[in-house]
Amino acid sequence: MIRYFSSNFSHLILLIGIFIMIIPVWLIFASSTHTASIINTQGLQFFLGDKFLENYTKVLLYEGGFFKEITALKMFLNSFLMATGVAFLSVISSLMTAYVLVYFRVKYATLLFWIIFITILVPLELRIFPTYSVMSTLNLVNSYWGLIIPISASAIATLFFRQFYKTIPDELLESAKLDGANTWRFFIDFLVPLSKTMIVAMFIFMFVFGYNQYLWPILVTSSEQYWTVVMGLKMMSGSIVNKFAFVIMSMIPPVLIIIVLQKYFIKGIFQDK
Amino acid sequence: MSFLELNKVTKIYPNGTKAVHETSMNVENGEFMVFVGPSGCGKSTLLRMIAGLEDITEGYINLDGILINKVDPSERDVAMVFQNYALYPHMNVYNNLAYGLKNRGISKEDIEKKVNEAAKLLQISEYLQRKPSMLSGGQRQRVAMGRAIVRNPKIFLFDEPLSNLDAKLRIQMRLEIKKLQQKVGVTSIFVTHDQVEAMTLADRLAVINNGLIEQLGTPIEIYNNPKSMFVAGFIGSPQMNFLEGELKNKTLTSEGFEINNVTSDFNGPVILGIRPEHMSQTDKGLINLSVDLVEQLGSDNLIYGEIKNKKDFCFRCPGSQIIKKGSKLSLNINDNNYYVFDKSNGNRVN
Repeated sequence: MIRYFSSNFSHLILLIGIFIMIIPVWLIFASSTHTASIINTQGLQFFLGDKFLENYTKVLLYEGGFFKEITALKMFLNSFLMATGVAFLSVISSLMTAYVLVYFRVKYATLLFWIIFITILVPLELRIFPTYSVMSTLNLVNSYWGLIIPISASAIATLFFRQFYKTIPDELLESAKLDGANTWRFFIDFLVPLSKTMIVAMFIFMFVFGYNQYLWPILVTSSEQYWTVVMGLKMMSGSIVNKFAFVIMSMIPPVLIIIVLQKYFIKGIFQDK
Repeated sequence: MSFLELNKVTKIYPNGTKAVHETSMNVENGEFMVFVGPSGCGKSTLLRMIAGLEDITEGYINLDGILINKVDPSERDVAMVFQNYALYPHMNVYNNLAYGLKNRGISKEDIEKKVNEAAKLLQISEYLQRKPSMLSGGQRQRVAMGRAIVRNPKIFLFDEPLSNLDAKLRIQMRLEIKKLQQKVGVTSIFVTHDQVEAMTLADRLAVINNGLIEQLGTPIEIYNNPKSMFVAGFIGSPQMNFLEGELKNKTLTSEGFEINNVTSDFNGPVILGIRPEHMSQTDKGLINLSVDLVEQLGSDNLIYGEIKNKKDFCFRCPGSQIIKKGSKLSLNINDNNYYVFDKSNGNRVN
């Protein structure tokens, strides 16, 4: 009985939490299906209107910016490229960094790891000038690489992979050695498949991180061609309903990726086998 | 020249710990050698040096006529079964067995043939598609062995492979390992701290203590003729009884009795060793035991008691003999089956 009650009670709390989070989103979604004049005169709408198709097609084909060089579709493409690039590069780099730190005879490996870890305390915003100057020296301003590279080294992901590798028994490496696996094969045939779930989790994590970037894309791009969705949210002109529609659409990619990969995400973070 | 030669092999860890001292031995082709000793005696280190998982500080190791000190483990052509099996958790049994072959560039058909043969030999054919996590302890053990057999290596190395199994399975697997080794005929080295395992498996046995080989020989040789107190105490179950005594002019005095005509010229303080199974009850025996505890094993009884100053003296008699706690027994040593050791260094003197 107590168990029944407590499980219901915790469900209730969860439900309240869900409502608190979902109601603003719903308000924006519902409002985005009305005409601008209704919103301007009557405020946010709780119920759906009949302008869904009209508003959303308009946004998708919207040409933004001063030179009209960018469409919403292009922004989605840019954001997708940036987020995927960041996710791929940071997963690969942290996988390899962790491999070196744990399995190679690196002097002061622990110290090196903590130095890497400390970079968490130095976010991009703090090192934005030197980073920009490096990117400009490398001629990467106004390019996809310029958007991606500076945020593609993740100390958090390195930490996760390192801690995971440390739990893998040494005998596995020794056994693989006797079976003729070299350094590269051990990485590809053992560590990568064993950390599959964690790789997916980190991929999602870094995808969303890359997708949500705002300040860095603004700084490193001056050409409208490279606008991302998050930049577009701010830069976009047009009526309020179109902006609402764009906000809703901007949420879709990260939500979608989590829904598709959530099975791995949970496993990867909590490591239950 | 022997198949495997260890010459003055020494291991010193970077922190200065000396794990193995100038160990030399030869293992013949097809022989089943067992390293036995208490934990931390260096037996695993020795095995791992043969496998190439530990560097050799000094000395050299020859395998099949080739100096292997600097040869990479993958090229030594040795296979090892680990204590926790170290199966590849993300691969099914088939791939666990096939992995080493794939790395050797063997063709797919050959791999399949070899894996299936090994699986049949070990009776794991039905599990080939399963992941190790879906297997029981005994099955995992077989897979680990299969992984070693399938490569047809020059030498099998076993690092306490039975210690994670329950008692019944351990005895069964012990038997199977021995049978398998005889069938396949591959030279094997088996490390264990369990002296029963050592006795039953070995063609020859190396008793190791503190990084040194105390004695090397067939199990029966070592049981009948231990060279030191350590070996005498380590081999045999229940353990040999040790009594303090004094040897003077071939007469040994100990705990209220005397033994005459000891075949030794040694004079001085000694330790007398008597195995529990080397005594029998008589009317007027040498040793008077007052019984404190009786362990009935069914086939045998283990009688523990006191003789003068020595407590927990053990005597083994057939299970049919009924002996009560508190009774007094009179015992004789059968056929002069006793061992005398120098008290100062533990060396055998008779």
